[in-house]
Amino acid sequence: MREEKPLNIYGQTFESRLLIGSALYPSPHIMQEAICASQSQIVTVSLRRQNSVSAGEDFWQLIKDTGLTVLPNTAGCHSVKEAVTLAKMCKEVFATDWIKLELIGDEYNLQPDPVALLEATEILLQDGFKVLPYCTDDLVLCQRLAALGCEVLMPWGAPIGTGKGLLNPYNLAMIRQRMPDTTLIVDAGLGVPSHACQALEMGYDAVLLNSAIAGAGCPVKMASAFNHAVQAGRAAYIAQAMPEKDVAAPSTPTMGMPFWHQN
Amino acid sequence: MKITFNGQLTETSSQDLQALVTEMGAKEPFAVALNGTFVPRTQCSSTHLTDGDSIELLSPIQGG
Repeated sequence: MREEKPLNIYGQTFESRLLIGSALYPSPHIMQEAICASQSQIVTVSLRRQNSVSAGEDFWQLIKDTGLTVLPNTAGCHSVKEAVTLAKMCKEVFATDWIKLELIGDEYNLQPDPVALLEATEILLQDGFKVLPYCTDDLVLCQRLAALGCEVLMPWGAPIGTGKGLLNPYNLAMIRQRMPDTTLIVDAGLGVPSHACQALEMGYDAVLLNSAIAGAGCPVKMASAFNHAVQAGRAAYIAQAMPEKDVAAPSTPTMGMPFWHQN
Repeated sequence: MKITFNGQLTETSSQDLQALVTEMGAKEPFAVALNGTFVPRTQCSSTHLTDGDSIELLSPIQGG
């Protein structure tokens, strides 16, 4: 059996291994209820032009009322300068040095730009940020990000909002195996609780998701389902799964079997 | 002078960022960037505007 440890994000520990997004809910009330049902302790937020959306001020009060730790993102940024500027603006508004660094390289599948991500990460780490980079499931990229000083990495399961689950479990498993001391969070692309469970079973420390809950027929019920899935996956990882075999092995004892091969 | 405020071409008499933020009726909380560079709130009063500047004033919103 493995040793149980709480989720560790830059020295801060959490019981919940489910990070939840605050976007796309049918209503602010449902968002609040879903966040509560998820039992998440970390919620993601962002910044946009004031008055460009109606929710702004009221939204921020709702988030503050949850009492959760806030993780701002740089969603939608396409250049290092944009991402660094938005990160600094987030730091001032949300009074946190955490930043979920998103730097999009391809508009079609919203794939992170690995080259720009490394550059922005280095700038922000040197500026005192605690960077949580949203990255592809590339082992070498993850190693480079960790070498820069990232204690937390967030490789994708699948492109944002697709709900496809873990498209490349081999890559994700290899990252986990090669980087045992880095906090790893699967971010994006999950669709159903079994996807989250699978990530936790593999030894990932947590998952971050939004659309799978907010886009469900009943976001509150789905938030609860993801909470249970994450707990089940973590418990399975701690318990350590049986070795997989290529041939059948009987579970019922064969000793004392009547009529054994009498024909 | 003519500036671009949150993507909109705007005429303003404000000479610095703090005056502009007040003129635009900005509601807390927010952060400001000038020509793509973050300007801390403590430096808004001492940051002078010039014709053609682009200002972004951002506030909290939902995020995933």
